Amino acid sequence: MRKTGKLLFSLAMMIQSIPVSAALDTARQAELLYLLKHDCGSCHGMTRKGGLGPALLPENLHDRPATLMVNTILDGRSGTPMPPWRGELSEQEVQWLVEALRRGEGL
Amino acid sequence: MIPVLSPVRGQNKGVRPLFLLPCVDKTLCFLKKGSDPFIGARELVCAVLLTCMALTANAECLIRGSGDLGVVGERASGSVQIIETTGKTSLFRVEGLGDLSHASVVFSRDARYAYVFGRDGGLSKIDLLCGTLVKRVVQAGNSIGGAISQDGTLVAVSNYKPGGVKVFDAKTLELVADLPAVDGKGTPSKVVGLVDAPGQQFVYTLYDAGEIRIADLRDPAKPVVQDFRQIGRLPYDALITPDGRYYIAGLFGEDGMALVDLWDTDKGVRRILDGYGRGEEKLPVYKMPHLEGWAMAGRFAFLPAVGQHEVLVVDSTSWQEAGRVAVHGQPVFVEARPDGRHIWVNFAHPRNDTVQVIDAETQQVIKTLKPGKGVLHMEFTPRGEAVWVSVRDRDMVQVYDTRTFARIAELPAAKPSGIFFSARAHRTGL
Repeated sequence: MRKTGKLLFSLAMMIQSIPVSAALDTARQAELLYLLKHDCGSCHGMTRKGGLGPALLPENLHDRPATLMVNTILDGRSGTPMPPWRGELSEQEVQWLVEALRRGEGL
Repeated sequence: MIPVLSPVRGQNKGVRPLFLLPCVDKTLCFLKKGSDPFIGARELVCAVLLTCMALTANAECLIRGSGDLGVVGERASGSVQIIETTGKTSLFRVEGLGDLSHASVVFSRDARYAYVFGRDGGLSKIDLLCGTLVKRVVQAGNSIGGAISQDGTLVAVSNYKPGGVKVFDAKTLELVADLPAVDGKGTPSKVVGLVDAPGQQFVYTLYDAGEIRIADLRDPAKPVVQDFRQIGRLPYDALITPDGRYYIAGLFGEDGMALVDLWDTDKGVRRILDGYGRGEEKLPVYKMPHLEGWAMAGRFAFLPAVGQHEVLVVDSTSWQEAGRVAVHGQPVFVEARPDGRHIWVNFAHPRNDTVQVIDAETQQVIKTLKPGKGVLHMEFTPRGEAVWVSVRDRDMVQVYDTRTFARIAELPAAKPSGIFFSARAHRTGL
Protein backbone atom coordinates (compact mmCIF):
# COMPACT_ATOMS: atom_id res chain seq x y z
CA MET A 1 0.00 0.00 0.00
CA ARG A 2 2.77 2.35 0.99
CA LYS A 3 4.59 1.23 -2.15
CA THR A 4 1.64 2.18 -4.32
CA GLY A 5 1.46 5.56 -2.62
CA LYS A 6 5.14 6.11 -3.30
CA LEU A 7 4.67 5.11 -6.91
CA LEU A 8 1.74 7.46 -7.30
CA PHE A 9 3.77 10.24 -5.72
CA SER A 10 6.68 9.73 -8.07
CA LEU A 11 4.31 9.51 -11.02
CA ALA A 12 2.83 12.83 -9.97
CA MET A 13 6.34 14.28 -9.77
CA MET A 14 7.12 12.96 -13.21
CA ILE A 15 4.01 14.51 -14.64
CA GLN A 16 4.98 17.80 -13.05
CA SER A 17 8.46 17.65 -14.49
CA ILE A 18 7.22 17.04 -18.03
CA PRO A 19 7.61 20.31 -19.98
CA VAL A 20 4.52 22.50 -19.93
CA SER A 21 4.12 22.11 -23.68
CA ALA A 22 3.11 18.49 -23.26
CA ALA A 23 -0.06 19.71 -21.62
CA LEU A 24 -1.47 20.93 -24.95
CA ASP A 25 -4.45 18.82 -25.92
CA THR A 26 -4.36 16.94 -29.17
CA ALA A 27 -7.03 19.12 -30.79
CA ARG A 28 -4.91 22.22 -30.25
CA GLN A 29 -1.81 20.37 -31.46
CA ALA A 30 -3.65 19.57 -34.68
CA GLU A 31 -4.64 23.23 -35.04
CA LEU A 32 -1.04 24.31 -34.58
CA LEU A 33 0.18 21.82 -37.18
CA TYR A 34 -2.48 23.10 -39.59
CA LEU A 35 -1.34 26.67 -38.96
CA LEU A 36 2.26 25.59 -39.45
CA LYS A 37 1.48 23.89 -42.74
CA HIS A 38 -0.83 26.45 -44.30
CA ASP A 39 0.01 29.83 -42.82
CA CYS A 40 3.69 29.50 -41.92
CA GLY A 41 3.87 27.45 -45.14
CA SER A 42 3.06 30.53 -47.22
CA CYS A 43 6.63 31.71 -46.65
CA HIS A 44 8.47 28.63 -45.37
CA GLY A 45 6.86 26.15 -47.78
CA MET A 46 4.22 23.60 -46.90
CA THR A 47 6.94 20.97 -46.84
CA ARG A 48 9.12 23.36 -44.79
CA LYS A 49 11.81 23.43 -47.48
CA GLY A 50 11.80 27.22 -47.40
CA GLY A 51 10.55 29.98 -49.67
CA LEU A 52 10.73 33.67 -48.95
CA GLY A 53 11.51 32.52 -45.42
CA PRO A 54 14.21 29.97 -44.52
CA ALA A 55 13.76 26.19 -44.55
CA LEU A 56 12.47 24.74 -41.27
CA LEU A 57 13.44 21.10 -41.60
CA PRO A 58 15.02 19.30 -38.62
CA GLU A 59 18.44 19.39 -40.29
CA ASN A 60 18.19 23.18 -40.63
CA LEU A 61 17.31 23.61 -36.98
CA HIS A 62 19.42 21.18 -34.95
CA ASP A 63 22.13 23.72 -34.14
CA ARG A 64 19.74 26.56 -33.41
CA PRO A 65 18.97 27.22 -29.73
CA ALA A 66 15.33 26.51 -28.89
CA THR A 67 14.98 29.75 -26.94
CA LEU A 68 16.07 31.76 -29.98
CA MET A 69 13.46 30.02 -32.11
CA VAL A 70 10.77 30.57 -29.48
CA ASN A 71 11.64 34.27 -29.32
CA THR A 72 11.66 34.60 -33.12
CA ILE A 73 8.18 33.11 -33.38
CA LEU A 74 6.81 35.13 -30.45
CA ASP A 75 8.33 38.49 -31.33
CA GLY A 76 9.15 38.23 -35.02
CA ARG A 77 12.44 39.23 -36.57
CA SER A 78 12.91 42.88 -37.34
CA GLY A 79 14.24 43.75 -40.78
CA THR A 80 12.58 40.64 -42.23
CA PRO A 81 8.95 39.78 -43.03
CA MET A 82 8.77 37.36 -40.04
CA PRO A 83 5.86 38.67 -37.95
CA PRO A 84 5.39 38.29 -34.20
CA TRP A 85 2.86 35.63 -33.23
CA ARG A 86 2.52 36.71 -29.60
CA GLY A 87 -1.10 37.37 -28.91
CA GLU A 88 -2.22 34.68 -31.30
CA LEU A 89 -0.03 31.95 -29.84
CA SER A 90 0.89 31.42 -26.19
CA GLU A 91 4.45 30.83 -25.08
CA GLN A 92 3.52 27.25 -24.28
CA GLU A 93 2.14 26.72 -27.78
CA VAL A 94 5.23 28.19 -29.38
CA GLN A 95 7.43 25.92 -27.30
CA TRP A 96 5.43 22.95 -28.52
CA LEU A 97 5.73 24.19 -32.12
CA VAL A 98 9.52 24.51 -31.82
CA GLU A 99 9.72 20.95 -30.52
CA ALA A 100 7.43 19.79 -33.32
CA LEU A 101 9.65 21.50 -35.90
CA ARG A 102 12.77 19.92 -34.47
CA ARG A 103 11.12 16.50 -34.50
CA GLY A 104 9.91 17.07 -38.04
CA GLU A 105 6.37 16.35 -36.89
CA GLY A 106 3.67 16.38 -39.52
CA LEU A 107 6.12 16.18 -42.42
CA MET B 1 -20.30 4.03 -94.83
CA ILE B 2 -18.97 7.53 -94.49
CA PRO B 3 -22.44 8.94 -93.69
CA VAL B 4 -22.68 6.47 -90.80
CA LEU B 5 -19.42 7.57 -89.29
CA SER B 6 -19.49 11.28 -89.71
CA PRO B 7 -22.30 12.07 -87.22
CA VAL B 8 -20.57 9.87 -84.68
CA ARG B 9 -17.51 11.95 -84.86
CA GLY B 10 -19.56 15.01 -84.00
CA GLN B 11 -21.38 13.40 -81.11
CA ASN B 12 -18.30 12.26 -79.32
CA LYS B 13 -16.76 15.18 -77.69
CA GLY B 14 -14.06 13.01 -76.22
CA VAL B 15 -12.45 12.04 -79.48
CA ARG B 16 -8.95 12.59 -80.67
CA PRO B 17 -8.37 11.95 -84.37
CA LEU B 18 -5.59 9.61 -83.34
CA PHE B 19 -8.11 7.23 -81.80
CA LEU B 20 -10.55 7.41 -84.63
CA LEU B 21 -8.66 5.06 -86.87
CA PRO B 22 -8.94 1.79 -84.88
CA CYS B 23 -12.56 2.58 -84.09
CA VAL B 24 -13.37 3.04 -87.70
CA ASP B 25 -11.79 -0.32 -88.40
CA LYS B 26 -13.92 -2.01 -85.75
CA THR B 27 -17.04 -0.53 -87.21
CA LEU B 28 -16.08 -1.63 -90.66
CA CYS B 29 -15.57 -5.16 -89.39
CA PHE B 30 -18.95 -5.11 -87.74
CA LEU B 31 -20.62 -3.98 -90.92
CA LYS B 32 -18.80 -6.57 -92.94
CA LYS B 33 -19.98 -9.33 -90.64
CA GLY B 34 -23.55 -8.47 -91.53
CA SER B 35 -22.47 -9.02 -95.15
CA ASP B 36 -25.66 -7.37 -96.23
CA PRO B 37 -25.23 -4.31 -98.41
CA PHE B 38 -28.62 -3.01 -97.23
CA ILE B 39 -28.21 -2.53 -93.52
CA GLY B 40 -31.39 -2.02 -91.56
CA ALA B 41 -31.99 0.90 -89.22
CA ARG B 42 -31.39 -1.30 -86.17
CA GLU B 43 -28.00 -2.45 -87.36
CA LEU B 44 -27.13 1.11 -88.23
CA VAL B 45 -27.84 2.25 -84.68
CA CYS B 46 -25.78 -0.66 -83.40
CA ALA B 47 -22.92 0.37 -85.60
CA VAL B 48 -23.15 3.92 -84.35
CA LEU B 49 -23.35 2.82 -80.72
CA LEU B 50 -20.43 0.48 -81.08
CA THR B 51 -18.40 3.23 -82.61
CA CYS B 52 -19.44 5.56 -79.79
CA MET B 53 -18.38 3.05 -77.18
CA ALA B 54 -15.15 2.33 -78.89
CA LEU B 55 -14.38 6.01 -79.14
CA THR B 56 -15.21 6.94 -75.56
CA ALA B 57 -13.35 3.95 -74.24
CA ASN B 58 -10.25 4.99 -76.07
CA ALA B 59 -10.25 8.72 -75.79
CA GLU B 60 -10.71 11.09 -72.92
CA CYS B 61 -9.78 14.30 -74.66
CA LEU B 62 -12.46 16.84 -75.31
CA ILE B 63 -13.27 18.41 -78.63
CA ARG B 64 -14.29 21.88 -77.59
CA GLY B 65 -12.84 25.37 -77.31
CA SER B 66 -10.71 26.19 -74.29
CA GLY B 67 -11.62 29.85 -73.85
CA ASP B 68 -13.86 29.15 -70.86
CA LEU B 69 -11.51 26.72 -69.13
CA GLY B 70 -9.42 27.28 -66.07
CA VAL B 71 -7.12 25.68 -63.54
CA VAL B 72 -7.68 25.50 -59.77
CA GLY B 73 -4.63 24.62 -57.69
CA GLU B 74 -5.07 22.13 -54.86
CA ARG B 75 -2.13 23.10 -52.71
CA ALA B 76 -1.98 20.24 -50.24
CA SER B 77 -2.35 17.36 -52.68
CA GLY B 78 -0.08 18.58 -55.47
CA SER B 79 -2.92 18.47 -57.95
CA VAL B 80 -4.98 20.84 -60.06
CA GLN B 81 -8.54 20.68 -61.31
CA ILE B 82 -9.41 21.75 -64.81
CA ILE B 83 -12.74 23.52 -64.69
CA GLU B 84 -15.06 25.25 -67.15
CA THR B 85 -16.79 28.48 -66.28
CA THR B 86 -19.81 28.19 -68.58
CA GLY B 87 -21.49 25.26 -66.84
CA LYS B 88 -19.36 25.79 -63.71
CA THR B 89 -18.15 22.21 -63.52
CA SER B 90 -14.93 20.37 -62.97
CA LEU B 91 -13.64 18.43 -65.97
CA PHE B 92 -10.42 16.76 -64.82
CA ARG B 93 -8.06 16.43 -61.93
CA VAL B 94 -4.37 16.28 -62.80
CA GLU B 95 -2.09 14.89 -60.12
CA GLY B 96 1.59 14.54 -59.44
CA LEU B 97 2.54 18.20 -59.65
CA GLY B 98 4.65 18.31 -56.49
CA ASP B 99 4.53 21.00 -53.82
CA LEU B 100 1.97 23.59 -54.83
CA SER B 101 2.11 25.68 -51.64
CA HIS B 102 2.78 28.67 -53.84
CA ALA B 103 1.58 27.71 -57.28
CA SER B 104 1.03 29.95 -60.24
CA VAL B 105 -0.08 29.22 -63.77
CA VAL B 106 0.33 30.72 -67.25
CA PHE B 107 -1.26 29.54 -70.49
CA SER B 108 0.02 28.80 -73.97
CA ARG B 109 -1.23 31.31 -76.49
CA ASP B 110 -3.56 28.77 -78.07
CA ALA B 111 -4.98 28.24 -74.55
CA ARG B 112 -4.59 24.49 -74.95
CA TYR B 113 -1.88 24.09 -72.34
CA ALA B 114 -1.30 25.39 -68.84
CA TYR B 115 2.15 25.72 -67.30
CA VAL B 116 2.10 25.18 -63.54
CA PHE B 117 4.96 26.54 -61.45
CA GLY B 118 5.32 24.71 -58.14
CA ARG B 119 7.16 25.65 -54.98
CA ASP B 120 9.49 22.66 -55.33
CA GLY B 121 10.98 24.00 -58.56
CA GLY B 122 8.70 21.87 -60.71
CA LEU B 123 7.48 23.19 -64.05
CA SER B 124 4.55 21.14 -65.33
CA LYS B 125 2.84 21.39 -68.71
CA ILE B 126 -0.79 20.32 -68.65
CA ASP B 127 -3.13 19.60 -71.54
CA LEU B 128 -6.43 21.30 -70.67
CA LEU B 129 -8.51 19.32 -73.14
CA CYS B 130 -7.12 15.90 -72.24
CA GLY B 131 -6.60 16.51 -68.54
CA THR B 132 -3.12 15.08 -68.73
CA LEU B 133 0.33 15.99 -67.54
CA VAL B 134 2.28 16.36 -70.77
CA LYS B 135 5.68 17.00 -69.26
CA ARG B 136 7.25 17.93 -65.98
CA VAL B 137 10.75 19.14 -65.21
CA VAL B 138 12.18 19.98 -61.82
CA GLN B 139 14.33 22.91 -62.78
CA ALA B 140 15.42 24.31 -59.41
CA GLY B 141 15.26 23.57 -55.70
CA ASN B 142 12.67 26.16 -54.90
CA SER B 143 10.70 28.46 -57.13
CA ILE B 144 7.97 31.02 -56.97
CA GLY B 145 6.39 31.86 -60.30
CA GLY B 146 6.66 32.15 -64.02
CA ALA B 147 5.74 33.94 -67.20
CA ILE B 148 5.26 33.19 -70.89
CA SER B 149 6.86 35.31 -73.59
CA GLN B 150 4.96 37.66 -75.87
CA ASP B 151 5.10 35.20 -78.78
CA GLY B 152 4.37 32.19 -76.59
CA THR B 153 7.57 30.32 -77.43
CA LEU B 154 9.38 30.76 -74.11
CA VAL B 155 8.39 30.00 -70.54
CA ALA B 156 10.43 31.64 -67.79
CA VAL B 157 10.58 30.52 -64.15
CA SER B 158 11.77 32.62 -61.23
CA ASN B 159 13.61 30.81 -58.51
CA TYR B 160 14.38 31.22 -54.84
CA LYS B 161 17.02 28.51 -54.59
CA PRO B 162 19.26 28.90 -56.40
CA GLY B 163 18.05 32.36 -57.27
CA GLY B 164 17.69 33.46 -60.86
CA VAL B 165 15.47 32.93 -63.87
CA LYS B 166 15.49 29.92 -66.16
CA VAL B 167 13.93 30.09 -69.58
CA PHE B 168 12.46 27.04 -71.32
CA ASP B 169 11.15 26.16 -74.74
CA ALA B 170 7.37 26.29 -74.30
CA LYS B 171 6.91 23.26 -76.53
CA THR B 172 9.52 20.87 -75.17
CA LEU B 173 10.39 22.38 -71.77
CA GLU B 174 14.04 22.22 -72.72
CA LEU B 175 16.27 24.80 -71.09
CA VAL B 176 17.19 27.60 -73.48
CA ALA B 177 18.59 30.30 -71.21
CA ASP B 178 19.79 30.68 -67.63
CA LEU B 179 19.81 34.13 -66.07
CA PRO B 180 21.54 34.09 -62.69
CA ALA B 181 20.49 36.67 -60.12
CA VAL B 182 23.78 37.54 -58.51
CA ASP B 183 24.36 41.07 -57.24
CA GLY B 184 27.53 43.18 -57.59
CA LYS B 185 29.10 41.44 -54.58
CA GLY B 186 28.42 37.97 -55.95
CA THR B 187 25.56 37.22 -53.56
CA PRO B 188 22.71 35.22 -55.06
CA SER B 189 19.23 36.64 -54.74
CA LYS B 190 15.71 35.25 -54.67
CA VAL B 191 13.72 36.36 -57.68
CA VAL B 192 10.16 37.67 -57.40
CA GLY B 193 7.70 39.54 -59.60
CA LEU B 194 8.61 37.86 -62.91
CA VAL B 195 6.41 39.06 -65.80
CA ASP B 196 6.50 39.13 -69.57
CA ALA B 197 6.74 42.43 -71.40
CA PRO B 198 6.40 43.43 -75.05
CA GLY B 199 9.47 42.91 -77.22
CA GLN B 200 10.07 39.34 -76.03
CA GLN B 201 11.23 40.65 -72.67
CA PHE B 202 10.96 39.31 -69.15
CA VAL B 203 11.11 41.69 -66.20
CA TYR B 204 11.88 40.53 -62.67
CA THR B 205 13.00 41.72 -59.27
CA LEU B 206 15.79 40.58 -56.97
CA TYR B 207 14.40 40.31 -53.44
CA ASP B 208 17.66 40.28 -51.50
CA ALA B 209 19.64 42.66 -53.70
CA GLY B 210 16.83 45.16 -54.29
CA GLU B 211 17.21 45.28 -58.08
CA ILE B 212 14.90 45.22 -61.08
CA ARG B 213 16.16 43.49 -64.23
CA ILE B 214 14.89 43.46 -67.79
CA ALA B 215 15.96 40.52 -69.95
CA ASP B 216 15.56 40.77 -73.71
CA LEU B 217 15.24 37.29 -75.21
CA ARG B 218 14.74 38.08 -78.87
CA ASP B 219 17.79 35.87 -79.29
CA PRO B 220 17.43 33.27 -76.53
CA ALA B 221 21.03 32.19 -77.07
CA LYS B 222 22.21 35.70 -76.20
CA PRO B 223 19.93 37.29 -73.62
CA VAL B 224 20.55 40.99 -73.01
CA VAL B 225 19.98 41.98 -69.40
CA GLN B 226 19.50 45.53 -68.16
CA ASP B 227 19.92 46.19 -64.45
CA PHE B 228 18.35 48.81 -62.15
CA ARG B 229 19.97 48.92 -58.75
CA GLN B 230 18.97 50.27 -55.35
CA ILE B 231 15.27 50.23 -56.01
CA GLY B 232 14.51 49.91 -52.27
CA ARG B 233 14.58 47.31 -49.52
CA LEU B 234 13.02 43.85 -49.81
CA PRO B 235 10.88 44.10 -52.93
CA TYR B 236 8.34 41.32 -52.34
CA ASP B 237 6.39 41.23 -55.61
CA ALA B 238 5.79 43.25 -58.75
CA LEU B 239 3.29 43.80 -61.52
CA ILE B 240 3.14 45.20 -65.00
CA THR B 241 0.32 47.39 -66.31
CA PRO B 242 -1.93 45.63 -68.86
CA ASP B 243 -0.42 47.70 -71.70
CA GLY B 244 3.02 46.40 -70.72
CA ARG B 245 4.42 49.86 -70.09
CA TYR B 246 4.94 50.28 -66.35
CA TYR B 247 6.57 47.74 -64.08
CA ILE B 248 6.04 48.36 -60.39
CA ALA B 249 7.69 46.54 -57.50
CA GLY B 250 6.21 46.66 -53.99
CA LEU B 251 8.68 47.08 -51.15
CA PHE B 252 8.39 45.27 -47.88
CA GLY B 253 11.22 47.08 -46.16
CA GLU B 254 10.02 50.59 -47.02
CA ASP B 255 6.76 52.43 -47.49
CA GLY B 256 6.74 52.99 -51.20
CA MET B 257 7.00 51.29 -54.58
CA ALA B 258 9.57 51.29 -57.36
CA LEU B 259 8.42 52.05 -60.91
CA VAL B 260 10.17 51.52 -64.25
CA ASP B 261 8.75 52.98 -67.46
CA LEU B 262 9.58 50.33 -70.06
CA TRP B 263 9.02 52.85 -72.83
CA ASP B 264 11.81 54.97 -71.43
CA THR B 265 14.22 52.91 -69.37
CA ASP B 266 16.86 55.66 -69.49
CA LYS B 267 14.86 57.46 -66.82
CA GLY B 268 15.69 54.63 -64.45
CA VAL B 269 13.68 53.67 -61.41
CA ARG B 270 11.27 56.13 -59.89
CA ARG B 271 9.95 55.90 -56.33
CA ILE B 272 6.21 56.27 -56.07
CA LEU B 273 3.90 56.44 -53.05
CA ASP B 274 6.91 57.23 -50.94
CA GLY B 275 6.13 57.00 -47.27
CA TYR B 276 2.48 56.02 -47.69
CA GLY B 277 2.42 54.60 -44.19
CA ARG B 278 4.36 57.39 -42.56
CA GLY B 279 3.33 58.15 -38.99
CA GLU B 280 1.27 54.99 -38.81
CA GLU B 281 2.36 51.97 -36.91
CA LYS B 282 2.90 49.10 -39.27
CA LEU B 283 1.06 45.95 -38.28
CA PRO B 284 2.75 42.57 -38.43
CA VAL B 285 2.19 40.99 -41.83
CA TYR B 286 0.95 37.40 -41.67
CA LYS B 287 0.79 36.98 -45.42
CA MET B 288 2.65 38.81 -48.14
CA PRO B 289 0.36 40.81 -50.40
CA HIS B 290 0.32 39.91 -54.07
CA LEU B 291 0.67 42.41 -56.85
CA GLU B 292 -0.23 40.12 -59.70
CA GLY B 293 -3.33 41.42 -61.36
CA TRP B 294 -3.38 45.12 -61.85
CA ALA B 295 -6.52 46.53 -60.31
CA MET B 296 -7.11 49.42 -62.62
CA ALA B 297 -10.36 51.32 -62.74
CA GLY B 298 -10.29 54.24 -65.14
CA ARG B 299 -7.09 56.09 -64.37
CA PHE B 300 -6.98 54.87 -60.79
CA ALA B 301 -5.02 51.88 -59.66
CA PHE B 302 -5.88 50.05 -56.45
CA LEU B 303 -3.02 48.45 -54.54
CA PRO B 304 -2.61 46.64 -51.22
CA ALA B 305 -0.93 48.65 -48.44
CA VAL B 306 1.65 46.52 -46.64
CA GLY B 307 0.98 46.21 -42.92
CA GLN B 308 -2.14 48.38 -43.01
CA HIS B 309 -5.85 47.66 -43.18
CA GLU B 310 -6.01 49.79 -46.29
CA VAL B 311 -6.18 49.71 -50.05
CA LEU B 312 -4.17 52.49 -51.69
CA VAL B 313 -5.60 54.40 -54.62
CA VAL B 314 -3.08 55.77 -57.09
CA ASP B 315 -3.62 58.15 -59.97
CA SER B 316 -1.81 56.47 -62.85
CA THR B 317 -1.32 59.74 -64.73
CA SER B 318 0.83 61.23 -61.98
CA TRP B 319 1.56 58.16 -59.80
CA GLN B 320 0.46 60.20 -56.79
CA GLU B 321 -1.69 58.84 -54.03
CA ALA B 322 -5.32 59.65 -54.77
CA GLY B 323 -6.99 58.11 -51.76
CA ARG B 324 -7.15 55.23 -49.34
CA VAL B 325 -9.93 52.85 -48.56
CA ALA B 326 -10.20 51.45 -45.05
CA VAL B 327 -10.87 47.72 -45.28
CA HIS B 328 -11.46 44.68 -43.07
CA GLY B 329 -7.85 43.52 -42.80
CA GLN B 330 -4.50 43.55 -44.56
CA PRO B 331 -5.23 43.10 -48.25
CA VAL B 332 -3.60 40.21 -50.11
CA PHE B 333 -5.19 40.37 -53.58
CA VAL B 334 -6.78 43.59 -54.82
CA GLU B 335 -8.49 42.79 -58.11
CA ALA B 336 -10.62 44.90 -60.40
CA ARG B 337 -13.65 43.38 -62.08
CA PRO B 338 -12.83 43.43 -65.79
CA ASP B 339 -15.08 46.47 -66.34
CA GLY B 340 -13.21 48.32 -63.59
CA ARG B 341 -16.31 49.33 -61.68
CA HIS B 342 -15.71 47.19 -58.59
CA ILE B 343 -12.58 46.12 -56.78
CA TRP B 344 -12.60 42.82 -54.87
CA VAL B 345 -10.22 42.35 -51.96
CA ASN B 346 -9.24 39.37 -49.80
CA PHE B 347 -7.22 39.47 -46.61
CA ALA B 348 -4.29 38.02 -44.70
CA HIS B 349 -4.47 35.62 -41.78
CA PRO B 350 -6.21 35.88 -39.29
CA ARG B 351 -8.85 37.87 -41.17
CA ASN B 352 -8.92 35.66 -44.23
CA ASP B 353 -12.58 34.61 -43.93
CA THR B 354 -13.79 37.79 -45.62
CA VAL B 355 -13.96 39.36 -49.06
CA GLN B 356 -14.86 43.00 -49.56
CA VAL B 357 -16.00 44.87 -52.64
CA ILE B 358 -15.01 48.49 -53.21
CA ASP B 359 -16.88 50.78 -55.57
CA ALA B 360 -14.25 52.38 -57.81
CA GLU B 361 -16.10 55.67 -58.22
CA THR B 362 -16.97 56.37 -54.60
CA GLN B 363 -13.95 54.51 -53.19
CA GLN B 364 -16.21 53.00 -50.54
CA VAL B 365 -16.69 49.41 -49.43
CA ILE B 366 -20.12 48.45 -50.71
CA LYS B 367 -20.24 44.77 -49.81
CA THR B 368 -18.70 42.42 -47.27
CA LEU B 369 -18.90 38.70 -47.94
CA LYS B 370 -17.97 35.82 -45.63
CA PRO B 371 -17.06 32.87 -47.85
CA GLY B 372 -15.37 31.06 -44.95
CA LYS B 373 -11.90 30.75 -43.43
CA GLY B 374 -8.91 30.70 -45.72
CA VAL B 375 -9.98 32.75 -48.75
CA LEU B 376 -6.80 32.52 -50.80
CA HIS B 377 -7.59 33.80 -54.27
CA MET B 378 -10.23 35.25 -56.59
CA GLU B 379 -10.46 35.10 -60.38
CA PHE B 380 -12.98 36.86 -62.60
CA THR B 381 -14.46 35.26 -65.67
CA PRO B 382 -13.15 37.00 -68.79
CA ARG B 383 -15.97 39.53 -68.98
CA GLY B 384 -16.57 39.66 -65.26
CA GLU B 385 -20.11 38.39 -64.71
CA ALA B 386 -18.82 35.96 -62.11
CA VAL B 387 -15.90 35.59 -59.76
CA TRP B 388 -14.47 32.31 -58.48
CA VAL B 389 -13.19 32.31 -54.92
CA SER B 390 -11.02 29.60 -53.35
CA VAL B 391 -11.87 28.87 -49.70
CA ARG B 392 -9.07 26.72 -48.35
CA ASP B 393 -10.44 25.65 -44.98
CA ARG B 394 -13.82 24.69 -46.43
CA ASP B 395 -12.22 22.70 -49.26
CA MET B 396 -14.30 24.40 -51.90
CA VAL B 397 -14.38 26.94 -54.66
CA GLN B 398 -17.34 29.32 -54.56
CA VAL B 399 -18.70 31.19 -57.56
CA TYR B 400 -20.37 34.56 -57.04
CA ASP B 401 -22.54 36.64 -59.33
CA THR B 402 -20.68 39.95 -59.40
CA ARG B 403 -23.85 42.01 -59.88
CA THR B 404 -26.03 40.53 -57.12
CA PHE B 405 -23.17 39.13 -54.97
CA ALA B 406 -25.19 35.93 -54.67
CA ARG B 407 -23.32 32.65 -54.40
CA ILE B 408 -24.34 30.76 -57.51
CA ALA B 409 -22.19 27.64 -57.38
CA GLU B 410 -19.84 25.62 -55.21
CA LEU B 411 -17.30 23.07 -56.34
CA PRO B 412 -15.41 20.73 -54.04
CA ALA B 413 -11.63 21.17 -54.16
CA ALA B 414 -8.91 19.96 -51.80
CA LYS B 415 -7.37 22.99 -50.09
CA PRO B 416 -7.80 25.19 -53.16
CA SER B 417 -5.36 28.05 -53.70
CA GLY B 418 -4.81 29.90 -56.96
CA ILE B 419 -7.49 30.03 -59.66
CA PHE B 420 -6.40 30.81 -63.22
CA PHE B 421 -8.63 31.15 -66.27
CA SER B 422 -7.38 30.55 -69.79
CA ALA B 423 -8.26 34.10 -70.85
CA ARG B 424 -4.92 34.98 -69.24
CA ALA B 425 -3.34 33.48 -72.36
CA HIS B 426 -3.98 36.74 -74.18
CA ARG B 427 -3.00 39.23 -71.52
CA THR B 428 0.42 40.74 -70.97
CA GLY B 429 1.81 40.13 -67.51
CA LEU B 430 -0.48 37.23 -66.59
